[in-house]
Amino acid sequence: MHAPALLTLDQLARLVPALHSRGYQVVGPTVRDGAIVYDVLEGISDLPVGWTDEQEAGRYRLRRRNDDALFGYVVGPQSWKKYVHPAEVRLLTAERSGHTFRILNNDPSPPRRAFLGVRACELAAIAVQDRVLQGDRYRDPIYAARREGIFIVAVNCTQAAPTCFCTSMGTGPRVRGAYDLALTELVGPGKHEFVIEAGSDAGAEVLAELAPSAPSEAVCQEAEAAVERAASQIQRRMDTTGIRDLLYTNFDHPRWDNVAQRCLTCANCTMVCPTCFCTTVEDVSDVTGMHAERWRKWDSCFTQNFSYIHGGNIRSSAKSRYRQWMTHKLASWIDQFGSSGCVGCGRCITWCPVGIDITEEVRAIRESPASSKESSHGNP
Amino acid sequence: MTMATATTTDPMLPQPYSVRQVVKETADTFTLTLEPSNGAGGNRFQPGQFSMLWVFGVGELPISISGDPAERNRLAYTVRSVGQATHALVSREVGGAVGVRGPFGTGWPVEKAEGRDVLVVAGGIGLAPLRPVIYEVLHHREKYGRLVVLYGARSPRELLYRKELAAWARQHETQVLSTVDYGGLSWRGQVGVVTTLFKYARLQPERSLAFACGPEIMMRFVARDLETRGLARENIYLSMERNMKCALGFCGHCQYGPHFICKDGPIFRYDQMRPLLEKYEL
Repeated sequence: MHAPALLTLDQLARLVPALHSRGYQVVGPTVRDGAIVYDVLEGISDLPVGWTDEQEAGRYRLRRRNDDALFGYVVGPQSWKKYVHPAEVRLLTAERSGHTFRILNNDPSPPRRAFLGVRACELAAIAVQDRVLQGDRYRDPIYAARREGIFIVAVNCTQAAPTCFCTSMGTGPRVRGAYDLALTELVGPGKHEFVIEAGSDAGAEVLAELAPSAPSEAVCQEAEAAVERAASQIQRRMDTTGIRDLLYTNFDHPRWDNVAQRCLTCANCTMVCPTCFCTTVEDVSDVTGMHAERWRKWDSCFTQNFSYIHGGNIRSSAKSRYRQWMTHKLASWIDQFGSSGCVGCGRCITWCPVGIDITEEVRAIRESPASSKESSHGNP
Repeated sequence: MTMATATTTDPMLPQPYSVRQVVKETADTFTLTLEPSNGAGGNRFQPGQFSMLWVFGVGELPISISGDPAERNRLAYTVRSVGQATHALVSREVGGAVGVRGPFGTGWPVEKAEGRDVLVVAGGIGLAPLRPVIYEVLHHREKYGRLVVLYGARSPRELLYRKELAAWARQHETQVLSTVDYGGLSWRGQVGVVTTLFKYARLQPERSLAFACGPEIMMRFVARDLETRGLARENIYLSMERNMKCALGFCGHCQYGPHFICKDGPIFRYDQMRPLLEKYEL
């Protein structure tokens, strides 16, 4: 493994040009429209310098910090799936030719990207999407092309939001593996520096160019303590013991009716979730009828026609749609892909307009499990 | 895998096929026979598999293959016109283009049926994905025991493949029975749901394999009744249906409990499906 190194703010500022010179487009957090979103960065000054976020169930606000921290916030409404599994992507362009058609597939390949500021829960989310979109029976070539060769600069969280529960899901706040570089920011009166570790040869090569110094033992311990502090700030918990069977056996739990009274089926939770992968396909054609395109777009199991087959929608009630989402995320995902679909980032809690909290819903079911009576729909 | 091969083998890109024949089965149901437009060999399939059929500029649908697996280079699909895309599909003229992806999914386990009696239970257009099984058994008659086809439709006018039903019934060791919900004055056959035919089926339940396809509620009762008549749960297979956009396990639409109907199914063993069939709005 590579030894930790120390960077000053000025030395870190060379990271973005160093990535640019290697042909990467650098994307990362930046402030826009009152939120921290992911976009193209020209330098570290594009980061949310001196900003933090306040998050609670159904609430998100930006607030000024009393320092110039670059990473003094947690995760916003967007996730890296914006780049690897985009909200809209063209599957094909076709044109009529005589009695048949030709597929024209000449979309430019996506840019080589460097992700700057990937949190531990987000690294876990990328690993989950890898299993879904390129690790199972079929491989999604669109995802694979965008995913391949990404340079990942991870950031250890040194503070947590009230909505965070990565410690319950075993994903954070410390980043583990699967990065090229990992930063821990140390900021205080008269001090602004970064402990940085390379996780790959490519990372080590970039790091060498930044001319880091060797950190003292005390600085390394300070960085450790900062991550520990984030872990200790985390208040939300989800008990995942036997959670698959818990949800499978509580298909008829009265709590689903309770949550359906609050759920607006707006699909916000699925849009902000870094692992939700469902899509639909839309066909378009021009007025001449000679050109057609097929577009893949994010879809949500909260929409009514998601489950449409001839004769009607399978999941017509809000109850059944919330249950599908949560049961898939926490239970059937394990059967399908060998891990939970939840990484504990808390986005679904923050961005739910009515503040539904997935950890609270699990707790409610766990604390009063349904009787072992057979389903209410009486098939012997 | 390199980027280049990833593009050329993109499973989301349809291959152009052209319509060779359109047969009107009922007022709203048609069988289309397709051949590859580029003269290349068509894809082989297993009975029970499906394709994604795309109509240029309109939409794409999962449709079971209803043709003969022995006929190379031709794929037949029986489609009921119920919406925009199915209407566009059945309105194709001979020579017209259809995009094909697939075949996808699991097939009926016909090898497991060798040496056994084969019971086919179909409801409505559910006979379409079962027709390849019937062809398979009749092509290799010596490999199988008795073939019993039990078919239920809403009315006599909605029975598919009527001439073939009569022809199959004349085959050696083969029994074909149909029933309808509403008979009308000229109907001389059975009236009632398809399970009412079970008492006429001449086969040995303990050495039979059953393949069923139809509305979910029908399959639930078919499987339950077959079990009471002595078929083991492991010997009953069902073909399930859910919304599908990709057929590759990426779009998420076809999830049924832990299963993706597209890649884990559409054919499932009853003992896998039984706990799920009981769940409303799963």
